[in-house]
Amino acid sequence: MSEYVTLTIDGVEVKAPVGSTVLEAAKSAGIKIPTLCFLKDINGIGACRMCIVDVGARSFQAACMYPVSEGLKVITNSPKIRETRRVTLELILSSHEKKCLTCVRNRSCELQKLASDFNIKDIRFEGELQNYPIDDLSPSIVRDPNKCILCRRCVSVCKNIQTVSAIETNDRGFNTIISSPFHMPLKDTPCVNCGQCITACPVGALREKSSIEKVWDALSRKDLHVVAQTAPAVRAAIGEEFGYPIGTPVTGKMVAAIKKLGFAKVFDTDTAADLTIMEEGTELVDRIKNSGKLPLITSCSPGWIKFCEHNYPDMLDNLSTCKSPQNMFGALLKSYYAEKMGIDPSKIFVVSIMPCTAKKFEAQRPELASTGYPDVDEVLTTRELAEMIMEAGIDFRNLKDENFDDPMGEATGAGVIFGATGGVMEAALRSLPYFLTGKDDENIDIHVVRGVEGIKEAELEIAGIKVKAAVAHGLGNARMLMDKVKSGEADYHFIEIMACPGGCVCGGGQPIQPASVINEIDLKAERAKAIYQEDKNLSLRRSHHNPRVLKMYEEYFEKPGSHKSHKLLHTHYIARENYPEDKCGQ
Amino acid sequence: MVYRSHVLICNGTGCTASKAPDIMTRLEKELAAKGIEKEVKIVKTGCFGLCEKGPILVIYPEGATYCHVKADDIEEIVSEHLVKGRIVKRLLLGDKDAEDVARSLDNVGFFNRQLRIALRNCGVINPENIEEYIAKDGYAALAKALTEMTPGGVIDEIKKSGLRGRGGGGFPTGLKWQFAAQEVNGVKYVCCNADEGDPGAFMDRSILEGDPHSLIEAMAIAGYAIGSNQGFIYVRAEYPIAVQRLNIAIKQAKEYGLLGNNIFGTDFSFDLEIRLGAGAFVCGEETALMTSIEGKRGEPRTRPPFPAVKGLWEKPTILNNVETYANIPVILLKGADWFKTIGTEKSKGTKVFAIGGKINNTGLVEIPMGTTLREVIYDIGGGIPKGKKFKAAQTGGPSGGCIPSSHIDVPIDYDNLLELGSMMGSGGLIVMDEDNCMVDIAKFFLEFTVDESCGKCPPCRIGTKRMYEILDRITNGKGEEGDIEKLEILADSIKHGALCGLGQTAPNPVLSTLKYFREEYEAHVKEKRCPAGVCKAMLNYRIIPDKCKGCGLCARKCPVGAISGEIKKPYVIDKTKCIKCGVCMDTCKFVAIEKK
Repeated sequence: MSEYVTLTIDGVEVKAPVGSTVLEAAKSAGIKIPTLCFLKDINGIGACRMCIVDVGARSFQAACMYPVSEGLKVITNSPKIRETRRVTLELILSSHEKKCLTCVRNRSCELQKLASDFNIKDIRFEGELQNYPIDDLSPSIVRDPNKCILCRRCVSVCKNIQTVSAIETNDRGFNTIISSPFHMPLKDTPCVNCGQCITACPVGALREKSSIEKVWDALSRKDLHVVAQTAPAVRAAIGEEFGYPIGTPVTGKMVAAIKKLGFAKVFDTDTAADLTIMEEGTELVDRIKNSGKLPLITSCSPGWIKFCEHNYPDMLDNLSTCKSPQNMFGALLKSYYAEKMGIDPSKIFVVSIMPCTAKKFEAQRPELASTGYPDVDEVLTTRELAEMIMEAGIDFRNLKDENFDDPMGEATGAGVIFGATGGVMEAALRSLPYFLTGKDDENIDIHVVRGVEGIKEAELEIAGIKVKAAVAHGLGNARMLMDKVKSGEADYHFIEIMACPGGCVCGGGQPIQPASVINEIDLKAERAKAIYQEDKNLSLRRSHHNPRVLKMYEEYFEKPGSHKSHKLLHTHYIARENYPEDKCGQ
Repeated sequence: MVYRSHVLICNGTGCTASKAPDIMTRLEKELAAKGIEKEVKIVKTGCFGLCEKGPILVIYPEGATYCHVKADDIEEIVSEHLVKGRIVKRLLLGDKDAEDVARSLDNVGFFNRQLRIALRNCGVINPENIEEYIAKDGYAALAKALTEMTPGGVIDEIKKSGLRGRGGGGFPTGLKWQFAAQEVNGVKYVCCNADEGDPGAFMDRSILEGDPHSLIEAMAIAGYAIGSNQGFIYVRAEYPIAVQRLNIAIKQAKEYGLLGNNIFGTDFSFDLEIRLGAGAFVCGEETALMTSIEGKRGEPRTRPPFPAVKGLWEKPTILNNVETYANIPVILLKGADWFKTIGTEKSKGTKVFAIGGKINNTGLVEIPMGTTLREVIYDIGGGIPKGKKFKAAQTGGPSGGCIPSSHIDVPIDYDNLLELGSMMGSGGLIVMDEDNCMVDIAKFFLEFTVDESCGKCPPCRIGTKRMYEILDRITNGKGEEGDIEKLEILADSIKHGALCGLGQTAPNPVLSTLKYFREEYEAHVKEKRCPAGVCKAMLNYRIIPDKCKGCGLCARKCPVGAISGEIKKPYVIDKTKCIKCGVCMDTCKFVAIEKK
């Protein structure tokens, strides 16, 4: 085949596909080239100059960008290359605020790792440092430009993957800064709080707005009944923080750890996911049968919701009115649970543990307080939970598995798979035959909506109706899909959209894997494995089979879509301007 | 209409700044007052080149060239020259007593050493009138290309001429065109880099202002050669006159059918658009320029792919600068063989230089490649003011370097300059004399690069900043042992590690001054002394007691009262009060004050 070229890297002949880069070719030959700004499929700009190699040109070239060609001779390692890389790294370090010991990324910092790999003991070129204000006004994301090394991974993910473009490169030269338009606080921009910038950041320039202190504070108060709920994606990834291989579900240990932190109860948000299917499924059937607004689009992902409010304000009627599972659960805890347990709802403090930074913003939405109290009081990300477990000195790996608490302690496999892209759709499709005909069909593993492809489509015949469904994850894909819907090019009944690529398993609040891992494996697929494994192991796998949920309807809500469920479990949306004039004039 | 006299007035940016528009208005008024406004034609031209002597006004048929003309001189010029036929000798440039006034410039080195190809029409025609350009063989080269030559034939001719890019790197123009022509792609673009950004350089501006049609014609020829129907001129918004004249020229060319569909009745169509740059220096780098045209932040990207393969909007694109294009029509009309006779073995044709700094004739000159630096400075530039000693010439702007006096006889061409550690660049040439501190000069250029770095790659973004900081402390008398070595390490790493040409060449001003003037650096660092007496922090003013007559003038002039003494006895400067302004030294009639 002529689609391969032969080149020489460090004297070794390497065959590489046409169109591949020197970095890829070197990797295939087992030659490691250091990288920093490069993030596979996200950021390829050749900016950081760590991967420079000698291709015989006037200056060294970035291996991450340089295309292979027949007969190309590459040297990846020579005293001159090492010294040039080293000086560049020293320069980056010289302009970086090196408060490593107190940095959120201490020991998980890619810059720290490089400095160690390069055996840097002294920085020869210290000089002026930047002194920018920290933007911590967003409820979700904190930006510290003084730690930023301008690799632009955050910009690329925000602009190219999410098509949000809330941050960009501003100003020039030494004063170059990643910031929002007009240097506005992030909270005033169309930022959707997805936090993909955080997981892309190699250093501590981006982090979640921490709720840890507030949660410790609540836990220390005797008068509060502090309960936790955990989303499905958390158990699929938190093990990574404690040395488990990616994709290892650690549900039992996680529950045990949370209890050890002092929470009165630990609940499973999956129960609310099952509840969501009951409500949303009913909503879908209603819209199909009564010629309501279609397609119906899921509303679980708060990043997606804010994106829709900014970018498709005329399509808010397409969104399901269902609250997200986190808020359904919160409302449930402060109504049904409070009544059942005889606890004053004002004394219930709900902490959500989420794979998500946008959930922090969602929890603060004023409209999400249908009991008169906020549905959710504080949101911790998966990372924050891990930090608290470590801070409390809990030996996570040696904990005995424990179960979620009742009365909402049971969930189905359908609730679990909410954590991966396509999961909500699959859960809905598992229950849809029942909603339409009162009977289940044989479909339980609906593979067509699984997987990491950006946009997935499915057409299933259920009770004589050809149900057309689509799934998008990552907001760039969502935008493509929405534009198709808007132009009339596509006519779906039901659409699932998750803001983060891969869905919640790769949410902005999840453990951060360095580029060295992300560039090698597909994190989305690996983490999803844990989700689908847990689903497979459960005996109940359809939401409408969940006995706790059925009991809730029996005891409290009467039926899906009832007046009470509308009051507590449903919400509305707000059209938002992208850059309102009064915010831009500074 | 036939006129008995033509008055050409330079309307380039330099002369416009020194009030050429007022002169025009006054001239119109005076001509009307004398009732001869129908007999004398006023022609607004582009730059004559000798900006130092502007505003410049030339009257034909006599060919009298007047310099430093003021509005108040107009009455005399009209009544004496235009009415009575008497030359106003006091305003003449050159030999005021020449028998034939048209020959008064014969011995003016500034003009007689030049060979104007790219600048052929500057100062000759009215750039806002397409017919004047056509009268000077304008658009004949385009006609020839379209009707007598194949696209390949055009490229062969350019290749044969040996023309190299005048914007910096000196890449063979014909080869660049050939690469783009080879690409099989429906859409291709022709771009012009008119984002001239080197400090002190204004070659391209003068061509845009003085002869915009030559650029339009050349870009159409390039379009024909590579198979493109669309061109973009990227010009900095700080060149308002150039932009205005380009707009007029494009409009006229469209009206005359020289742009648009089926040019000269052939199948070839070509259109041109202007894109304004916001003044970022880095947008002169080809990939940054194209990124900027695309509407994005102007930043370079890695190459390959090269623009000839994937350029503007990922389509095959050629980019040449204004001066390169200005050569094209002449080459096609007179032939590559003629062009090849000019210049050196590997650098053919001429090069326009903007000479400035410590030189008498500040201005714009076009010289054959191979002219020596000495000829440029002394014969054309008129030497150095106040008879000071030549120290070095900086070429290539912030990407270039200094050529010391020991190499003053080097024939200027691409390869010689590179070998000396400088480069041709776009043609800025700054002359320095014995009073220039080379460390200070290096710092000046580094400061420019620090400001103009796009911020994308760390070697340039942080490296140039750190180099600047080191230079700053050296020039402030705080240089440390090892600083020079640090500069060298940084310079070397930036040169090899930076992403684009701007970054890779940013250390050149330091490297070349270190190469030729290392002892000046060492004096600053080790002896805390600035040999040229420029770096204030290391200077001390002292009154030499033996020479001081005790007149007290310096004490009276000192703005901070740092000098004291008794009349007729030597005065003393209080170092703690002295702000080193130098007023005392300028004031002293007995040369009794020294700075060290």
